[in-house]
Amino acid sequence: MTTVSKAAKPAARAAGRRPRAAAPRSAATAAKPVMPAVSSHWADQVHPMLVEAGIRQVGLVPDAGHSRLIQLCEADRSMRIVRLTTEEEGVGLLAGAWLGGEKGVLLMQSSGVGNCINMLSLPVAASMPLLILVTMRGDHGEFNAAQVPMGDSTQAVLEAVGVLVKRADSAADVPEMVSSGLRLAFNTFRPVAVLIGQRVSGAKDFRKLTKPTGDINE
Amino acid sequence: MSELLHRRPVVKELLKKRGDMLVIGGLGAPAWDITAAGDHDNNFPLWGAMGSAAMIGLGLALAQPKRRVLVITGDGEMLMALGALATIAVQKPKNLSIVVLDNEHYGETGMQRTHTGYGVDMAGMAKAAGFARTMNITAQKDVLRLRPLIDGMRGPLFAQVKIDAEKLHLVLPPREASYIKNRMRISILGPEVALHQ
Repeated sequence: MTTVSKAAKPAARAAGRRPRAAAPRSAATAAKPVMPAVSSHWADQVHPMLVEAGIRQVGLVPDAGHSRLIQLCEADRSMRIVRLTTEEEGVGLLAGAWLGGEKGVLLMQSSGVGNCINMLSLPVAASMPLLILVTMRGDHGEFNAAQVPMGDSTQAVLEAVGVLVKRADSAADVPEMVSSGLRLAFNTFRPVAVLIGQRVSGAKDFRKLTKPTGDINE
Repeated sequence: MSELLHRRPVVKELLKKRGDMLVIGGLGAPAWDITAAGDHDNNFPLWGAMGSAAMIGLGLALAQPKRRVLVITGDGEMLMALGALATIAVQKPKNLSIVVLDNEHYGETGMQRTHTGYGVDMAGMAKAAGFARTMNITAQKDVLRLRPLIDGMRGPLFAQVKIDAEKLHLVLPPREASYIKNRMRISILGPEVALHQ
């Protein structure tokens, strides 16, 4: 696993963390995740890896495929959640975090990758570590034609701009690829994206959601 | 309105006896302006990534909550990141200040007009987003008030400073981003950061 910067002082860090604002949260949700104790979801393995790696800032534009990891990070008092209006904000955010001695991770859907391309010139040119976890759309079993152009080109455009890409197409592969991505990003100082294939999160069939019983998070 | 403010004296005033203040300079003239005031280990001038300055400031302000972080950028650069005003307002970093040098033009590309020249009020947008303090500045007396407010760390603060659309000689900062990054990290975190990162 990666080493954590010794330079930032934990006490000072704790003092500045979790200020009044960021997210409205009840004491109950802050105390523990509202999750079943035993789970085989990849996020339950990935979240401890992020903790172990010293991830402090989590920038995100939500995606259904990330919802469990987002919940786990929200419930973790060592992490600062920064909700973004658009994904490229997160590239700047984590560049600033790195300048100040903090590590971060960026969570987004593949459509958001397209929003980030020019901003990625920053970590590429400055040799800054950056880990992006991308849940794929326009991939395996896609229903929505609008997702296909960006989903189908996600890996190509990331690689074209200089981001290293790892890919997981089964739930079992996700923790392995995230571990790989963490090490690659923070040990070799470069932006890395881990693509989590649509086979892992499942494709949404909008027709099912037209029925009153449909779960909109499936 | 009387005489317009000039960008270089405004920036020089803001960076006078700056102490441990951390400064992000947005792409273009603001990067030259912060360099003209004196190149510094705690300067991060941008050579690209237009629209990222405010968010770099946020990430840095969250990582270093006891330090003042000042983003100095232009109207064109800030107009690319209006959503970031909402993102920053939600995070409420007290130590983050954003100063937009607003000449109502894209100065680096041939002085084409920006939206602010048609009346778009970014300080008003920042206020509506929830910034703790916002200012529209046109006079030197308000420039002089700005730095104590930045030092007071009761932000986030946003100031839109109307300036003359003058074309000045460039004062180039170091060009290699990795060098600029490393000197700032070492300045903030100490030389041992290179051993433990």
